[in-house]
Amino acid sequence: MPHRGCVMTALALDESPPLHAPLRFFATAPIWGAAAGVLTSLRAERVTASRWTPEAFAVVHVLALGFMLQVMAGALLQLLPVAVGSAVPRVRLLARVSHAGLNAGTLLLVAAFLGAGPGWFAAAGAVLLATLAAYVGAVGLCLARARAIGPTLPALRLAVLALGVTVALGVTLALGLGLGWPVPIVELVHLHAAWGVLGFGLCLVLGVAYLVVPMFQLTPAYPVPVARALPLTVFAGLGLWSVGVPLGVEPVAFAGAAVLAAATVAFVAQTLLLLASSKRRIRDTTAWYWRLGLCCLLLAAASASWLHVGCPPQLRAPLEYATGVFVLAGAFPALICGMLYKIVPFLVWLHLSRRGPGAPLMHQVIGEPGPRVQLVTHAAAVIALAAGAASPLLAAFGGALFAASKVLLGLNLVVAISVYRSDHRPAGPAAPARC
Amino acid sequence: MSGSLSEVLGAHHQACDEAWAAAEERASEGRWDEAGLLLSAFTGAMARHLSTEETVLFPAFEAATRIRGGPTLVMRFEHDQLRQLFGELEAALAAHDAARFAGAGETMMVLLQQHNAKEEHMLYPACEQVLGADTALSSRVKAGLEGGLE
Repeated sequence: MPHRGCVMTALALDESPPLHAPLRFFATAPIWGAAAGVLTSLRAERVTASRWTPEAFAVVHVLALGFMLQVMAGALLQLLPVAVGSAVPRVRLLARVSHAGLNAGTLLLVAAFLGAGPGWFAAAGAVLLATLAAYVGAVGLCLARARAIGPTLPALRLAVLALGVTVALGVTLALGLGLGWPVPIVELVHLHAAWGVLGFGLCLVLGVAYLVVPMFQLTPAYPVPVARALPLTVFAGLGLWSVGVPLGVEPVAFAGAAVLAAATVAFVAQTLLLLASSKRRIRDTTAWYWRLGLCCLLLAAASASWLHVGCPPQLRAPLEYATGVFVLAGAFPALICGMLYKIVPFLVWLHLSRRGPGAPLMHQVIGEPGPRVQLVTHAAAVIALAAGAASPLLAAFGGALFAASKVLLGLNLVVAISVYRSDHRPAGPAAPARC
Repeated sequence: MSGSLSEVLGAHHQACDEAWAAAEERASEGRWDEAGLLLSAFTGAMARHLSTEETVLFPAFEAATRIRGGPTLVMRFEHDQLRQLFGELEAALAAHDAARFAGAGETMMVLLQQHNAKEEHMLYPACEQVLGADTALSSRVKAGLEGGLE
């Protein structure tokens, strides 16, 4: 018989954090999302001209740090006890510190890109390094302790490992720019972007999708060999990319890009197949957020592949811009919104139900029309932003729509928070003691 | 029905999911009589599932580990939450209130699915780890689940 302690350390089934821990991240993200849209609108010519303009870098980091990482960091704190049965240590403190550090670091970095001066890069690098090292350390420890079976755990472990690599590369760049270190900027940017978007972003989506697509849409489970192979394939592609780019070995870098594109397409195809076989026949807006996000991932894989195979030089800049739109404005925000509209109403119900019977049900926390209106606005924003590759005016319009979409997200979340706050029943001893 | 504890209980989760999806669809179409029959089939199967876990599986796990205030306590608490939501669904069905039925159904389904995920990925494997191949226990679990959806 195994040691009793081994079993118990693997099972932290009710170590869910207090509501404010994930919610502070979720509530802040729409502000950054709206800021990205406004910035794109105001500086559309510069944002669409090249991925290497300071304005483009600023928008990319507002989205990647302020919106994407913000929500993902909060969601992981909430998800890990359910997904892998292991709670994040000192979660209240970690939530407060990492939320403050992530927002301060993002603000400093965006200011640096928009011309505040080299010192701001160094300050941003230092703040983000301290914050994200603590976050990756705590979440990494939680994942190292976890003993859950299934493909989610290995995918999440690789995602957090990739986040660590992304932070190391990004901080090297920030400190290099801030302190005048002679760093190979172009090569580091290529690696930083790939590890962040595919190593962290895509692997995290893989691990979460393995859990929530069957859960929320009542689909069959992902085939285990496919689910186990996909994150490893992403890492194999990143390995080739990370050798080929800095050493200037074009065939190796090309092979890495091909492997990454193939893994992305395989994930999208598998997930769309599963969604098509969902047992649920009712209309569910969050499933459409998933479909929109997956289609954007597919478009991103296609445009990134074209960049590597026969793209005429004059189309390179617009195609790079379009790829960025599909990934950072299209795919991840859609998947994130789809998740938020399940997680937030459920968490509000869950915490209020512990005060006894009578808690508002999910549809009373966030009703159906709000997410549906935001979905249409988001889809229109992505189309206009992508068309911005041909005309900055369309990009400006798309930026305004994107900002509107994130304002709508924020309003929906504010409604959910107000429902929680308006419940004045005393907290009862309904929940069991922690494991 | 054969297989390990995880397989038997996991398969029953899926059978319950299918019954729920059918009930949810009929209710969304306003076919309340059919929805009522399907909801009864679902809640009946769930009642047997929850009861089998509470009276057969969890006591065996608690006896083997000598821990009663741990994961099984959390699971029992979530079972009670599910039973309350089944009551909400039955009330919404009786009132033919589509919005209330959909809201209670969505809440119940997310709670149920995250509950099932914890059981299938963590608790059932832990039970198999500490209880080993206890055939008498497996027989009692199967007997507890039988008679409904199978």
